[in-house]
Amino acid sequence: MIDTPIAVAGTPRRPGHRGGPAGARRRTTAIAYAFALPFLAIFAVFMLFPLMASLAMSFTDFRSINIPSPINVDFVGFGQYVALLRDPEFLRSVANTAYFVAVGIPLTMVVALALAVALNSGIKRFRTLFRVGFYAPVVTSIVAIAVVWRFILQPDGLLNGALKLIGVAGPDWLNSTVWAMPALIVMAVWRNMGTLMVIFLAGLQTIPADILEAAEVDGANGWQRFLRITLPSLRPTLLFGAVVLSVGFLQFFEEPFVMTQGGPLGSTLSISYFTYNQFGFGNYGTASAASYILFIAIALLSIVQFRFFRSKD
Amino acid sequence: MTVDSVRPPLPRRPSRGRARRDLRGLVYVVLAIALVVTLLPFAWMALGAVKTTGELLRDPAGWLPQHPTWGNFAAWFGALNIGKFFTNSTVVAVFTVLGNLVFCSMVGYALAKLEFAGKRVVFGLVLVTLMVPGVVTFVPLFVVVSKLGLVSTYPALILPFVATPLGVFLMRQFIAGIPDSLLEAARIDGAGDLRIFARIVLPLCKPALATLAILTFLGSWNNFLWPLVVAQSSDMYTLPVALSLYSTGQNSTNYGVLLAGAVLIIVPILLLFVALQRYFVQGIAVTGIK
Repeated sequence: MIDTPIAVAGTPRRPGHRGGPAGARRRTTAIAYAFALPFLAIFAVFMLFPLMASLAMSFTDFRSINIPSPINVDFVGFGQYVALLRDPEFLRSVANTAYFVAVGIPLTMVVALALAVALNSGIKRFRTLFRVGFYAPVVTSIVAIAVVWRFILQPDGLLNGALKLIGVAGPDWLNSTVWAMPALIVMAVWRNMGTLMVIFLAGLQTIPADILEAAEVDGANGWQRFLRITLPSLRPTLLFGAVVLSVGFLQFFEEPFVMTQGGPLGSTLSISYFTYNQFGFGNYGTASAASYILFIAIALLSIVQFRFFRSKD
Repeated sequence: MTVDSVRPPLPRRPSRGRARRDLRGLVYVVLAIALVVTLLPFAWMALGAVKTTGELLRDPAGWLPQHPTWGNFAAWFGALNIGKFFTNSTVVAVFTVLGNLVFCSMVGYALAKLEFAGKRVVFGLVLVTLMVPGVVTFVPLFVVVSKLGLVSTYPALILPFVATPLGVFLMRQFIAGIPDSLLEAARIDGAGDLRIFARIVLPLCKPALATLAILTFLGSWNNFLWPLVVAQSSDMYTLPVALSLYSTGQNSTNYGVLLAGAVLIIVPILLLFVALQRYFVQGIAVTGIK
């Protein structure tokens, strides 16, 4: 990447025409690469090279013991990918991630939309207070959040104390194979609703007030106006929110890492966490292949959503 | 311009005024309940941080401290040396922000306003890497950093985040919206690209630069997995690393100190957020709707 500019700038397009259009084009190319060079140099070393190295490793049986002498590594083609699709632990992590995404995304979107609509419903006082309050979980460190939430989710903690008030005996959330994932989903909703709320608020403000007013004059009630006007007009924004959220949620890692270490019994092990563990065990080939499967899933989902988003816009 | 000011006020209809007032009252009640629930963890954390560990163990669901103590905070400012971690977090965040502002706006200008061979390739790479999960590059990145001899140094904590694809995308989109005629006028007056960039483009980019600064500061301040791996000596720990290691180490049952540590990480960023909340919100809206 880094030496392309010299090669490109030095390529004569029309020999003998110095200072003509080709010369001017060469000059802008040189200037453009001068602007891009600091970024490209860092990007090449810290992003592109690791990305390519990881892709290459995913087609080999590379293990940590091979680092001193990578010559002993064997090319296995798609062997790692095939092995992964037969690995029950990996399939478990795929199912867990799908569960997290399938429940977490709609839940976050509904909560965020409700908050945004309420904030946009014409109230005037305390708007800033509400917005800051609902957004506060987004800016806080997951490490700090984990400390508090572990207390909240203890068997005799705050949440179960509140449940007891309404006569429900709460489970030992983080040590239950059934309840650990829902607990992490609630935490993720709490941590991500602020971002979507802000995105939805901005979208709501692009809906012309006179359309809503005309509907009101025609006798449409609040719920009808929401269903017939607000929701359809908000579709691009909703889809954008879904894309942003799914790219993040598919990489589900931090919550289980700080709260459950993927347990109990693998019930919160996500694809990212599986990959991280494989790196830890030194199975670099396996880990790289797993991480590329995740990458492909994210890329495909984004493309599908953006296509949909563009065609309806 | 804030998000609030965009929407013109609806004219009130006298016949519906009363129903609307009732509805508004209901909206306030619902929002207030939601706000209290959202902020409960913070309130409980702040109260827990001044409790003794004994009290936290006796009554994990309790609210008001029986014998409030500053001892948990004193531990951080004394033996646990939080000043060092605070300095590290600040240095790393500031340089990460500065790097992104400079590098991303430069390449953003090239991608938005200059025609050059390989432009589509560069922009395509930026778009693709926007979607790369962090875990894909994790180990090769660690190998690169250790081969460069950077483990447990500031550059190891800063360089991988100093030129982010998201920043390039943001700056490129924003600069593309600046009218070409402005730049052409300057060019006719004899200004070169460097001067056009510094004197015309950058001043017009203030909103986008503010957004980028806030997003990268937040990301850097809260980043913990990478620092946990590359900051191997205690004098290089950032705040989240220090708290994370404390919470999994031999003192992991020292709950009062843990909660005080959580408060100390959250308070600076929360204050910054409240002070700059307009820009935060604007930033999310800009990146969101663009």
